[in-house]
Amino acid sequence: MKGTNIGEFEELILLTIAGLSSKAYSVAIVDELDKLIRRKAKLGVVHAVLNRLEKKGFIASTLGESTSERGGKRKRFYQLTTSGKSTLIKAKEQREKLWEVIPRVVFSEIR
Amino acid sequence: MKSQLRPDPPKWASRILEWYCNEDILEDLQGDINEFYYRNVENKGSRKAKFIYFLDVIKFFRPYAIQKPKIKESMDQFTMFNNYFKTSFRNIIHNKLFSSINIVGLAISMSVGLLLIAFITELFSFDTFHEKAERIYRVTNTYHELNRDPDLYASTSVKAGKRLQESVTGIEKVVLIRRNFSGDVTNGDDIIPIRGLWASEEFFNVFSFKLIKGNPENALRELNSLVLTEASAIKLFGKEEAFGKTVSINQEEYTITGIVEDVPKNSHMRFEVLCSFVTKDNQEAGNDYWLKWENMWSNYVYILLPEDHNVNEVQENMDRISQEENANLEHNKITMGLLPLLDILPGENMNNKMGVSMDLNIVWVLTVLSFVVIISACFNYTNLSISRSLRRSLEVGIRKVIGASRLHILFQFITEAVIISLISLVFSFFFFIILRTQFIGIDPKISRIVTLDLTPQLLLYFLGMAIMVGIVAGFFPAVFFSKVNAIKVLKDTSSFKLFGHVSIRKTLMVLQYTLSLAFIVAASITYKQYKFALSFDLGYKTENILNIPLEGNKPDILVNELARLPEVEKISKSIMITSIGDYWAARGKYNNPLDSALVYFNIVDENYLPIHQHQFLAGSNFVRGSENEEADNNQIIVNEALLKRFEIESPSKAIGEILKLDGKENVIVGVLNDFHYGRIDNKIKSFAYRFDPKEPDYLNLKINTTDFLTTITKIEKIWKKIDKVHPLRAKFYDQSIKDAYDEYSSMVKIAGFLAFLAISIASIGLLGMVIFATESRLKEISIRKVMGAGEINLVYLLGRGFIILLFISAVIAIPITHYFFENVMFKDLAYKANIGAVELFSGALVVMIIALFTIGVETVKVSRANPAKTLRNE
Repeated sequence: MKGTNIGEFEELILLTIAGLSSKAYSVAIVDELDKLIRRKAKLGVVHAVLNRLEKKGFIASTLGESTSERGGKRKRFYQLTTSGKSTLIKAKEQREKLWEVIPRVVFSEIR
Repeated sequence: MKSQLRPDPPKWASRILEWYCNEDILEDLQGDINEFYYRNVENKGSRKAKFIYFLDVIKFFRPYAIQKPKIKESMDQFTMFNNYFKTSFRNIIHNKLFSSINIVGLAISMSVGLLLIAFITELFSFDTFHEKAERIYRVTNTYHELNRDPDLYASTSVKAGKRLQESVTGIEKVVLIRRNFSGDVTNGDDIIPIRGLWASEEFFNVFSFKLIKGNPENALRELNSLVLTEASAIKLFGKEEAFGKTVSINQEEYTITGIVEDVPKNSHMRFEVLCSFVTKDNQEAGNDYWLKWENMWSNYVYILLPEDHNVNEVQENMDRISQEENANLEHNKITMGLLPLLDILPGENMNNKMGVSMDLNIVWVLTVLSFVVIISACFNYTNLSISRSLRRSLEVGIRKVIGASRLHILFQFITEAVIISLISLVFSFFFFIILRTQFIGIDPKISRIVTLDLTPQLLLYFLGMAIMVGIVAGFFPAVFFSKVNAIKVLKDTSSFKLFGHVSIRKTLMVLQYTLSLAFIVAASITYKQYKFALSFDLGYKTENILNIPLEGNKPDILVNELARLPEVEKISKSIMITSIGDYWAARGKYNNPLDSALVYFNIVDENYLPIHQHQFLAGSNFVRGSENEEADNNQIIVNEALLKRFEIESPSKAIGEILKLDGKENVIVGVLNDFHYGRIDNKIKSFAYRFDPKEPDYLNLKINTTDFLTTITKIEKIWKKIDKVHPLRAKFYDQSIKDAYDEYSSMVKIAGFLAFLAISIASIGLLGMVIFATESRLKEISIRKVMGAGEINLVYLLGRGFIILLFISAVIAIPITHYFFENVMFKDLAYKANIGAVELFSGALVVMIIALFTIGVETVKVSRANPAKTLRNE
């Protein structure tokens, strides 16, 4: 199934949402990506990805309370759906399987 | 930044986001970029934050964020628009009467609008061809004389120009110009008169007149340098090369140092030739008065300010100079001012203007008048549309039921009006072409200023005006129809008030007729004043007197030759022609050396007074022939008003008294009855005839013949023998007087024409209204007829309403116009014609008769119709 495969950036965002648990909204995601893995993501890009992920059904969103830091606008909080969670697990499993078959010699020079 | 409340993100950028963004995620996005914005304000300052905010707004422009374009809806709009077009055209064709009334009315009125647009566009293009136009200013003078209102002059003194050249900071360049350079150029055997300006060397650096030959830097630097226009170069030299040649003017040699392109039509400054200003400076070297501060009558100073100029600073400097110079003056004060080049034409009315001019007030008046005529035609459209509301409202009802919104209906009706106005535009364009020649011909002044040639820009304006007129005309009906209640209309047409908005239609009609009447009354009052001015008893006779300007020729040979003609009864000489608006004046003093007054004068010979049949109260005519010429020239003859001014008790006492004019002593030898030496706008004041038969500027011939044409030809023949250069410019005195009051005749023509238009428009509007009113009452009339009503009864019944409206209009228009003329237009005229019932009511009567005729024709037709035919169809 094509829809269950996700891109690298999509995966990162899903993981970040998972890590932020209930506080995951766009700006927080951008900040978290920067803080944890030093990846400067553009807000517009993050938005586009969130939008796509929601369409694919990996995440769901709810609107929060309005706050003054956003000029009275509400935050949109994202959560992983079951399909999102299983996709992440599937992706992780795929990777681990691939890692397992790699002979140690391959990485000997840099370890 | 922290001292204040947080600055908000830029609203306009946020609005862009709102415009394109999908509603579902708008709040989300907005919140996010707001959050970033506030963060950036803290870290990077509000300026940068705003910029980033804007960038973010742009960056969010991605497919997922964009609102789905409302393709379907706009397609609907397009097909609907098509539909409006179709129905509008059908309506226009279906209602031929309605459409033609509107088209004719709008076409007539719009042609006036087109004329005005062409006129104004051309006026406002004046002097825009100068590249530095924005930075060029004219130095104006305000002349304050004690106890008098200050007068504004376009001219200034040479002194002012020189002081500005020397000492004022903040000015880049100064150009001095003097008017009335004229001379007869001798080129071989030819003698050709030429006129132009003196101009200082910076002339071509300030103004953008293009030199074809010669160096703009120094063409006007040397003594006796001339710059010719192309046309005058051809006039003088034909096909020969003019540049570098020398010519002689009045026995002086001049070098042609430049050839300039002909002066564009849209330049307020006009010249055939420019002569270097130093030449004039040199000629006047010994003349004290030349460099006097108060010698401000014929010189013009233009200054060019630098790019980063400060007008106030320059003005302050000029005020300082004015103050210094005024310290030397006794009775008057002259202050300098600045007038931007682009405000010269059209501009405020000033004294001593150079070249051509157009008073801004006249432009305003014409604008208002044309506007009034156009509005009147728009009223027709509005009135007729609403009176046809019954039929149209069914259509509107159906449209609404099908799903048209108010906006759609509004749009449809405005489209229809715009289509009508565009069709009218085609017709009005042809009217415009005809009107244009008429307009230019009203006054020779107009043809000197504008050509009213068509340009693409102008055509665009025309189109714009037509669309505007359509919108204005269609707006009211559009609003009216968009309000129609679909259910009510469709359920029961009879419940729909046929003449809804009756009061509005009546008001518009009264307004229309009030305007028409006002125009016609205005025209007849002005005409009366014009006739009054022409036939005014001046106190002397002007019949059959032919005035010949001498153009610098010696009078004696000409007088001898002319006297031989049998038709010439008598010849006199004078330096000016009175009663046509020209004045010569001097300071007069009598016994009291401290009391002086302005005395107007004319210098004449001994034949002048008899020829013009002046009435003597005391004393007698000038005497010539005593040995002492000096004594002869001291004789003056004064008018009664002068005696009053200087408190000389009686005419007989005045004889032999000494009156000083500009310091020169004169003996009063006669006293005349008061007569009008000026235009009749002014009261009679002190006047004196002075005596000097030697150097007149005019000959006055008393002609006694029935065949004026042959006489003139004979005179011309004699003239040609004596002066080969100048054409004969002889003019009958009565004609000169007529020309002096040209402005009245222009006013009569314009007001008369507008009256004609307004009446035509109002009349066809009325016709339309009457037709619709009578048609909708056809059955009622038929029933009345069956019941035995007579024709006169019916006509009265149908016409009554309209006639009442006409009377209301007359009651409003006539007194207001009369008041306006008495207290505004002709307020300053010293001698006014009596406005009687004839002027006030004759025009109104004509309008009434036309209106009654309009009503009559239609109502008689209806009342004569066979009632059986109308009723049978029920």
